[in-house]
Amino acid sequence: MLRVENIVKSFDDFTAVNGAQLTVADGALVAVIGPNGAGKTTLFNLIIGLFKPDRGKITFDDKDITGLPPYEICRRGIARAFQIANIFPRLSVFENVQVAVFAQQRQSRNFLQPAHTLARAETNAILESAGLQHKARHIASALSHGDQRILEIAIALGSQPRLLILDEPTAGMSPEETATTMSLVKQLAQTRGITILFCEHDMDIVFSVAQSIMVMRHGQTIIQGTPEQVRQNRQVQEAYLGGADA
Amino acid sequence: MLKALVEPRWLVATGIILLGLLLIPFGAPLFYIYILSVIFVTALLAMSLNLVLGYGGIYQFHHAVFYGVGAYTVALILTRTSLPWWIALLAGPFVAAATGLIIGWFCVRLTKLYFGMLQISLGSLVWIIVYRWYDVTGGDNGIHDIPMPEWLTTFQGAYYFILAVVVVCVGLMFLLIKSPFGATLQAIRDNPQRCEAIGINVRHHKLIAIVIAAFFGGVAGVLFATLERSVFPGLLFWVLSLEILVMCLLGGWFTFAGPILGAAIVVALRTVASRYTDYWTMVLGIILILLIFFLPEGVMGFIQERVAAKNKAPHPQRVEEGSGS
Ligand SMILES: Nc1ncnc2c1ncn2[C@@H]1O[C@H](COP(=O)(O)OP(=O)(O)O)[C@@H](O)[C@H]1O
Ligand SMILES: [Mg+2]
Repeated sequence: MLRVENIVKSFDDFTAVNGAQLTVADGALVAVIGPNGAGKTTLFNLIIGLFKPDRGKITFDDKDITGLPPYEICRRGIARAFQIANIFPRLSVFENVQVAVFAQQRQSRNFLQPAHTLARAETNAILESAGLQHKARHIASALSHGDQRILEIAIALGSQPRLLILDEPTAGMSPEETATTMSLVKQLAQTRGITILFCEHDMDIVFSVAQSIMVMRHGQTIIQGTPEQVRQNRQVQEAYLGGADA
Repeated sequence: MLKALVEPRWLVATGIILLGLLLIPFGAPLFYIYILSVIFVTALLAMSLNLVLGYGGIYQFHHAVFYGVGAYTVALILTRTSLPWWIALLAGPFVAAATGLIIGWFCVRLTKLYFGMLQISLGSLVWIIVYRWYDVTGGDNGIHDIPMPEWLTTFQGAYYFILAVVVVCVGLMFLLIKSPFGATLQAIRDNPQRCEAIGINVRHHKLIAIVIAAFFGGVAGVLFATLERSVFPGLLFWVLSLEILVMCLLGGWFTFAGPILGAAIVVALRTVASRYTDYWTMVLGIILILLIFFLPEGVMGFIQERVAAKNKAPHPQRVEEGSGS
């Protein structure tokens, strides 16, 4: 479904992503791991078009999407939740998701109808599956950190993506919030058939959930394979899994 | 439909105010009828700016240009051609919107203060043209004695005409911000980068908003020309842009009606201050500084916060829009 080939991105004189490779099969749950600064977030930014790569190629459904603007890539079916809550602080929780649904339905240039009568069912369904339905009227900036991160995912779902990219979805969450979030992620993959690409600090989560793991270091791909293959890779053991501070 | 958009008590309050405004010309001295007309025109101008400023987060620092273009369009058509008055009045907003399209097309490539800087520059360019092109615009003399139909030349006639047009425009702007486009515009204000990521072409939406704001700014300009029956380059000078910026900030740029209040206060202040001082710009500057420090959300924003704190509900304006039902 998604294929990243030899992608390179430099900031001034620093190369954040240096020839990374990634394959995401349709319907899979794929994880990217690697120490802080390995280039995971930058890789995701490249995939969704927030950054233009210096070199390399990204294909989605066998079509070249390299260098397209973010809104175009989103329309093809890739949505992304950010590492830090990246929400609409002055809008209500409901509106946060609704705006994404409007965009997905090509309604965002509709001047004539009152917004509150449109896209209700879709928005409520997403809020419900994210467990946010009781907070629909709250102003987003007033939510707890954990709820903001979940809202972050809910906004991405508003785009009705086929591929959902999550950047450290549980970072900074309490154990309960982490459990809620991960069960949401699994549910999305299983019941809605959404393909999921995520990166995560917590190795237990990664190895229990992911079907395929890509290991990144210094902007490069060390290996991509099943959890078993990754666990047994010597390079990974030395460079990464050995140090418990992952 | 209206009931779902506005709380009933707001609807009632608006109705009472409108009724009062309709009755005013029967009792008030002409001077007050005139000042109220000026406030209506200015309020429309400020609200059109707030469409992009408060709802779009777009720093349109030189919004008065579209006001001036609307007013000059009326003046030029009615003094240089033999076209009927209503064509001139209709043309004003469209010429203003076209100007908005041209200036906006360049500006949306930039964001934040860079946008504002370029907008001031391009706006000033229009001002220079109007100011210097004596043969057409009359230069710093402006254009006077614009012919208008008889009924529009009385204070009462102009008052009712302006009130009617402003009410219609404010209604349209209200529907606009309650539409999916309005919601999207507010999302762009809050987080343009995230908007791109959910499939919104941010530049394109901003440009549409700028054109619409320029259109309504143009309507205000047309109304000015009908009220004063003269135009002058000050209508598109940056000082006026600063003034309407202050109106939005003062009234509350995250509220719908805030700019009306801001316009009323500033016009009243200007009317009084001009009797005592020549340093109106300085007075404006001081108001602006005080605002930024003490009332960053404006008077209406401040009141709303108080009400919200009392009701323990965050931002009462938005409460009706949640899921429910
Ligand atoms: N916009 C940017 N400008 C400059 N350097 C950046 C930018 N974004 C990321 N980097 C750098 O690129 C490297 C990789 O960062 P990132 O992709 O965030 O890593 P990770 O998500 O794996 O922790 C870091 O050293 C970071 O400082
Ligand atoms: Mg990161």
